[in-house]
Amino acid sequence: MNRGALLKVVEKKYTRTDIPQFKPGDTVRVNYKVVEGNRTRVQAYEGVVIKIKRNGFNSAFTVRKISFNEGVERIFPFNSPLIESVQVVSRGKVRRAKLYYLRELRGKAARIKGDRKRLSEDVEARAAAAKEAAEAKAAAAVEESKE
Amino acid sequence: MKGILGTKVGMTQIWKGDKAVPVTVILAGPCPVVQRKTIEKDGYEAVQLGFQSQKPQRVNKPAKGHFAKAGVEPVKYLREIRGFNPEGDTVTVSIFNVGEVVDVTGTSKGHGFTGVMKKWNFAGGYDSHGAHKIHRHGGSIGNRKTPGRVFKGKKMAGRWGNERVTIQGLEVVDVLENENLILVKGSVPGANGSLVVVRQTSKVPAVKAGKGGK
Repeated sequence: MNRGALLKVVEKKYTRTDIPQFKPGDTVRVNYKVVEGNRTRVQAYEGVVIKIKRNGFNSAFTVRKISFNEGVERIFPFNSPLIESVQVVSRGKVRRAKLYYLRELRGKAARIKGDRKRLSEDVEARAAAAKEAAEAKAAAAVEESKE
Repeated sequence: MKGILGTKVGMTQIWKGDKAVPVTVILAGPCPVVQRKTIEKDGYEAVQLGFQSQKPQRVNKPAKGHFAKAGVEPVKYLREIRGFNPEGDTVTVSIFNVGEVVDVTGTSKGHGFTGVMKKWNFAGGYDSHGAHKIHRHGGSIGNRKTPGRVFKGKKMAGRWGNERVTIQGLEVVDVLENENLILVKGSVPGANGSLVVVRQTSKVPAVKAGKGGK
């Protein structure tokens, strides 16, 4: 096996596949586990993805939000076990891969246009998933009634 | 001191609990035992391990005889591990357990002929203010009549790297027996793909504060 394949073998155990697809400009809600003493709770952090660092297993994304009038940016590694889940809140249409220009902007100027194409795709995907789930449920009910 | 030969695969990180741990992945073994040195015969105890198979046509006659005597296939690398007498014909990564501390020896990356600024972090000279051809020089290398010579070990430009380097006290983070991989915490000398020797550490573990003593 070559070098990359061997590294993948090591990383596979720690690679997360449950993080949804998103791009810079999208708004996401990251449910992050916070350890307080000996108990953990989940804290939601919602903001705009301004950067995705592509570095294989070590990839990370940066989420920016305005909190109490102060810009806050947090970096989350994609494979961090501390991420409980990530939800895509909305899809934005942007022309850059790194949205550093948002740091200079506030309020109305910092808005990002919605990506209607990808938003409608999301709606379709959700509908399809709901339909599938309903069908599966119905099928299970039929199975049960047979028994 | 047990040990094994391997190649540096590269670095990555893994997650231990909620902490990311930087690890170097080492592809080690299986290493055939080619020769056992004994105190009676050789004056010291060691084992000669082989690593990575070699095509028979690439092996010269003396080496061929050496391998034939041991009854092993030709290998690319032969290294001795002092004070190690393994059971069986081959040494695999399973000799190491997670949490053990190891020393890793390799050949550092060669940088070629390197100036003092890169090699020793000298400040160099001014870029302007009338500086004349001393922009990246090291400056004075000594005094005058006393001592009248340049001290030994003076940091100067020259070849950098490509020498044997041992990093001591690296923790074994994981051992993947099926894939012959060892993961050690931290970095390891040499370029990816270069030969490394992983040995049980020669360091005496430090007594932790609060333990031992009174």
